[in-house]
Amino acid sequence: MKDKNSSVGMVVPHKTEIESSLKLECGKNLEGYEIVYETYGQLNEDKSNAILVCHALSGNHHAAGFYEKNDKKAGWWDALIGPGKAINTDKFFVVSPNNLGGCHGTTGPSFINPKTGEIYGPDFPVLTVRDWTNSQAQLADHLEIDVWHAVAGGSLGGMQALDWSIAYPERVSKAAVIAAAPKLSAQNIAFNDVARQAITSDPDFQDGHYMKQNKSPKSGLRLARMVGHITYLSDESMKNKFGRNLKEDKLNFGFSAEFQVESYLRHKGDTFSETFDANTYLLMTKVLDYFDPADKYDGDLIKAFEPIKAKLLILSFSSDWRFSPSRSKEISNALIGANKRVSFIEVHSQLGHDSFLMPEKRYVEALRAFLGS
Amino acid sequence: MNVELVIENWVKSNSRLLDLGCGDGSILRSLQKSKSVFGLGIEIDSKKIKSCLEKGIDVIEQNIDNGLSNFLDNSFDVVLVSQTIQVLKNPRLALKEITRIGQESFVIIPNFGHWRSRLTVLLKGKMPVTHSLPDQWYNTPNIHLCTLSDFESLCEELGILIKDKKTLNSKGSTKWYLSVWPNLLGNSVIYRISK
Repeated sequence: MKDKNSSVGMVVPHKTEIESSLKLECGKNLEGYEIVYETYGQLNEDKSNAILVCHALSGNHHAAGFYEKNDKKAGWWDALIGPGKAINTDKFFVVSPNNLGGCHGTTGPSFINPKTGEIYGPDFPVLTVRDWTNSQAQLADHLEIDVWHAVAGGSLGGMQALDWSIAYPERVSKAAVIAAAPKLSAQNIAFNDVARQAITSDPDFQDGHYMKQNKSPKSGLRLARMVGHITYLSDESMKNKFGRNLKEDKLNFGFSAEFQVESYLRHKGDTFSETFDANTYLLMTKVLDYFDPADKYDGDLIKAFEPIKAKLLILSFSSDWRFSPSRSKEISNALIGANKRVSFIEVHSQLGHDSFLMPEKRYVEALRAFLGS
Repeated sequence: MNVELVIENWVKSNSRLLDLGCGDGSILRSLQKSKSVFGLGIEIDSKKIKSCLEKGIDVIEQNIDNGLSNFLDNSFDVVLVSQTIQVLKNPRLALKEITRIGQESFVIIPNFGHWRSRLTVLLKGKMPVTHSLPDQWYNTPNIHLCTLSDFESLCEELGILIKDKKTLNSKGSTKWYLSVWPNLLGNSVIYRISK
């Protein structure tokens, strides 16, 4: 049903039980887990038109369409996924899972640990991008998709697309790595740790066992999100959106939210802290911190890229300072050095890291052309 | 014989080819078909980059004037530089870089020593506007024009070997008589060079 213009329309999430065990990079095994995902478009007969979409830090499986007619917000990548859009659902079958450790239906810290009968909480294993890639491969097996036409994602999602091309070279034809980096910088990790400290120092955090006590470290999660959100925007976009505009037309000489940017960030933090799980947030930031495919090769990214067979598109945005174009160039240059098939594009945009969520014309055109939409 | 055919004859099958200033990627595409080359283009114009992607040609958005240090020594069998050297800020450095990256390079340049250009300057006292140099002096992208003789002197100075060259007329074709006096008769020339 296409009830909104060029949207996939109403969508329903699917849930599946993966029964095979998953060996995690931390050394532990996960004996089966549940994974939630959405699909858009139709899988063709030879199952050659499937695109895996990977979500970023705070994303989930709801990448496109609506759950209810009156939904104000569509899925997080609705600007790019849909009939005739960059990821064209008239041509492709899109699979969008919620990652392991998430808090929107896939097994994660808020689930019951079968070994103890209690909520995992902080005892849920710390994961890596490779663990996600492996679990997504198990989902692909379940869906009987041998080869993805493409794996695509932005930010942490882009890292998953890159990791797919390394870990399963035979199973990926194309990978779109958008607004990503080959590993986090010290500054990136520092921002993540401020977010983690905000959460763990909240008295309601209770060493991660807040659920058992019917509590939630909301003020910590709120702060974590506020800090994170600043890094997703650019100075330019904040200037354009808020400037120094006040909520009222005069200064109050107090400490309440006086500038519009303050109330915006507080509102973003409030909403987020109502819908996201603190342990999941801690876990996701660790996944980011740990990502470094070159680590096993003495930091040699060219060597890490050796197994790749896919064709890659590395796409960056001029105003992104979280994962700036120079970070994308590191990926692109190593791919050139490893004699891999690669295209690199720097899209001019004022919207910072969040540009990857917006339908900037050049970005949409490049992704569409690359995927063959 | 046109210039595309010259390139096709010079390129070995399955070569790794880097096309600096690859435009819409049509040369790379035809060489992929005829010679199964592994091609990569460098381009700065966003419309042309889009055309490359639509053709399935791999393309890197990069300003050659900012350097080519992201390409390793001898990492390509051939570096193709078609009508690009003269628009660069530092052609001398570019030439050194091109011959560092490629085992060999094919360089096409317009000839400012062509008789039409010489006559325009001599008789009209004006900057020449010709088939291969169609712009006015104030809006031409060609900021470093040279004659064939100038280019060959630079190659000699840089220790670059000219292995072959074909002189082309205004239609981009080779004709036997052009080689009689290339620097006067050639509209442009394709050089086959290496370190």
